[in-house]
Amino acid sequence: MTNIAPPGHRARREVLRVALGAGAGVIATLAMRASRAADANHIAINSFAFTPKLLTVKVGTTVTWTNQDQTIHSIVCPELKLRSTPLDTNDSFSYTFGKAGNYDYICGVHPFMKGQVVVTA
Amino acid sequence: MSIDSSGTDRRHFLKCMTWAGTAAVWSVAGGIPRGRLIDSAEAATDGFHFVQISDSHLGFDKAANPHTTDTLKEALNGVMALPQRPAFMIHTGDISHLSKPVQFDTGAQLMGATKLTVHTVPGEHDILAENGKSYLNRFGKGSKGDGWYSFDAGGVHFIGLVNVVNQGDNGLGNLGHEQLEWLEDDTEHLSASTPIVVMAHIPLWIVYKDWGWGTADGAQALSYLKRFGSVTVLNGHIHQVLQKVEGHVAFHTARSTAFPQPAPGAAKAPGPMAVPPGDLRHYLGIAKVSLVSSNAPLAIVDTPLAG
Repeated sequence: MTNIAPPGHRARREVLRVALGAGAGVIATLAMRASRAADANHIAINSFAFTPKLLTVKVGTTVTWTNQDQTIHSIVCPELKLRSTPLDTNDSFSYTFGKAGNYDYICGVHPFMKGQVVVTA
Repeated sequence: MSIDSSGTDRRHFLKCMTWAGTAAVWSVAGGIPRGRLIDSAEAATDGFHFVQISDSHLGFDKAANPHTTDTLKEALNGVMALPQRPAFMIHTGDISHLSKPVQFDTGAQLMGATKLTVHTVPGEHDILAENGKSYLNRFGKGSKGDGWYSFDAGGVHFIGLVNVVNQGDNGLGNLGHEQLEWLEDDTEHLSASTPIVVMAHIPLWIVYKDWGWGTADGAQALSYLKRFGSVTVLNGHIHQVLQKVEGHVAFHTARSTAFPQPAPGAAKAPGPMAVPPGDLRHYLGIAKVSLVSSNAPLAIVDTPLAG
């Protein structure tokens, strides 16, 4: 199993939290942009949760989900009419986001698992 | 049983609902049906009985149980070893892990080898492919909609419900309008003294909302059944025995034949729970459900594959 969490990911989240905590949306955006170089555009599915739960990418980015749990999960995004096949352990699913927007998605097998991909122009 | 106001927390309450080797029994005294829990010796009966197995997850081969075909075989051997041959067997869903034809075929073959009639309801793992057609083609003959049906046996009216299609985004099970309408029609001509058995994969009552362990519109289904003196609801999905008696309704979830899951809220997330290899068979098992003849109660005895 490959650990696909980007190395700088934790640090990025810290920055975000501090910036948002101060109510400074502009700073948050800048902080995210500055750190995107290290962002592998991967989302891990682990312990029935998407990590990161919120991923921000630019239009045209391919995002890949990898299931690290023992049981199956899937990716369902109603807005995009997107429905992955069931992902067994270590299976991955990729999708290229072609349009800016906020895309909420869930696990089709366990719909209480929720995530969001924010696609910026 | 109820949650008392003296600080009993959810974990404690659910633990109280868990008994192995006990049975929920109905009896009618002075015209008032009462549900109660008895031990397995008291539930022994020569009368009408059937067997419930659940959550076989054929095709699952991860650490929690790399040998799910073998443990299903063991469970079926347990069924065949019962002193009296059951009238039939029910499987309350997740026959397969990935809805693959080979997984369904293995399940059909192994269950078929018992020569017992098998009544099934689908789990969410059984409808992952082709909108559930792989499941329906093999197990859904004579059913309606997504696979619901009813039949009568031993003086009991059996209802198989499907609550794994169009689950809401809270993850709870869903029956849907069409099926609820059917249920109302299906039961309205029955006499209130007819014992009712409802089978569905996800628990019909809310066991643990955070993990989607419950059915969003389950209460509406139960409202159609409230006039009946004996209603027994048999579920799977959560891979552990939970029993509850509420009013005229006894709820019961069966063990899996494949792997256990954590007790509600006892872990960060649900999912296959690895236990020491020697302990696995304590967590897997079958349930025998009996109609005690004199006053139409049903008794459920859960038996692990290893005591």
